[in-house]
Amino acid sequence: MIIEALIKIAVVLLVVLTAVSYTVLLERWVCAWVQDRIGPNRVGPLGLFQPLADTLKLLLKEDIQPLMAQAWFHWLAPVISITVAFTVLAVVPFGHTLAIGEHIIPLTIASNINIGVLFLVAMTSVGVYGITLAGWSSGSKYSLLGGLRSSAQMISYELTLGLGLLSVIMLSGTLDLNGIIDSQVNGLWNIVRAPIGFLLFLVSSFAETNRQPFDLPEAEPELVGGYHTEYSSMKFALFFLSEYANIITASAVMTVLFLGGWHVPFVDTLGLSPLVMTIVGVVAFTLKVVGFLFMFIWVRWSIPRFRYDQLMNLGWKVLLPLGIANIILTALEKMYLMH
Amino acid sequence: MPTTSKYNKPATRRKLSLWEKLYLFEIVRGLLTTFKHLFRPKFTRQYPEERWDPPASFRGRPVLVLEENGVERCVACGLCSRVCPPLAIEVRASETELLKERYPVVFEINMLRCIFCGFCEEVFPEEAIVMSKDYELAFTDPSQGIYGKDRLLTPKAQLKDRLDFLAKMRN
Repeated sequence: MIIEALIKIAVVLLVVLTAVSYTVLLERWVCAWVQDRIGPNRVGPLGLFQPLADTLKLLLKEDIQPLMAQAWFHWLAPVISITVAFTVLAVVPFGHTLAIGEHIIPLTIASNINIGVLFLVAMTSVGVYGITLAGWSSGSKYSLLGGLRSSAQMISYELTLGLGLLSVIMLSGTLDLNGIIDSQVNGLWNIVRAPIGFLLFLVSSFAETNRQPFDLPEAEPELVGGYHTEYSSMKFALFFLSEYANIITASAVMTVLFLGGWHVPFVDTLGLSPLVMTIVGVVAFTLKVVGFLFMFIWVRWSIPRFRYDQLMNLGWKVLLPLGIANIILTALEKMYLMH
Repeated sequence: MPTTSKYNKPATRRKLSLWEKLYLFEIVRGLLTTFKHLFRPKFTRQYPEERWDPPASFRGRPVLVLEENGVERCVACGLCSRVCPPLAIEVRASETELLKERYPVVFEINMLRCIFCGFCEEVFPEEAIVMSKDYELAFTDPSQGIYGKDRLLTPKAQLKDRLDFLAKMRN
């Protein structure tokens, strides 16, 4: 059981770390294409070894700690960020089950956790600490402003995130991520059953991952980079990594909650063998996640940044009432349409 | 009380329609615009492989014109060195048996100083020194920035574009 879990952890960590560096490459490509440029294409065929070069470069940089920094917290902040970003993946189901002989392995690291959604929300909240600590411990005004902004923003949008999530929980009647997928397999995908919930969750995911148009914590023209201004070398890389890992996590979570996870409609009528079904499931999950990743990047290069007051207005005056209205709507839907 | 003129009117804001206020559809419109750009032809030039061929009016590295018979046109009058604003040109003259009587023993252009103004070309009536199309001027050592006669002399045939252009513009 422990060995099984360890193998799963190793595989997931390896895959996700690689995926993170290639998300950065994808980001640079999409950015270039949107601006009618070519993008990185020099390192290796089609520029596919670019992430390797980037990592090597960051590893070789000097690690600078500012004189005014709180040494221990300055070191701790990126560690918290990266840990949280990867911990969330423990409860995400990557596929259905893998059967080796009599032995059935669920494709989730912590498969027997029955409050996956709760764990997920709790862990993403801890993510704020990494950024806030980084901002405070750097001993720089820009970093502090970035940290403050991010804590205000993340706390505001967590409400909307929760309300969007609530509609899914109401429809599925469970906090178990596998249970949520099962309810979508048996019925419709949640994106159809709760479109407003999906929208709320999507918008607040952008805010939670500090992505454009909500990337105020690291608004370059205003804050010289925000909470990670005073970071260099691999510590900076860890923030960078955790940002992209967060995007991947958010994509995976949205896939599970709203797009049926590994579920492909009508594929179970084909009568494929269980192994093929598992592979199809994992591939479908990956494709959905990549789709979301592309959307994250696409939105970043299309929509300008919000102003701080606009951000707060949107969060508290538009999305929050909408979220509460959505709860009532979902309740009505559950009462009259699903029975 | 300040007067209100055409120039200091308070900023007016256009009333947004409900459709625009919803914002969501405008976002989708913006996203579609960027999506279209994903498939547009790219502007980037892949530099070391694809090089730019400048037009005849381009002012690149100044060079000395070498006639077909293997003699430079320059008569070492020193006008170019005189007019050069950053004092980048050094000419040392000597006598020759040829019809032109004078020729430069040393002709050096310091490319660290050259500002590509083209005055040297303009000041000389016979087009002995002209601006070429060469724009790849990187060097690794400051001493390499001083171009002597060996690197400045360029056969007339290579400079045909520029010489034709100058002839056209003279009139």
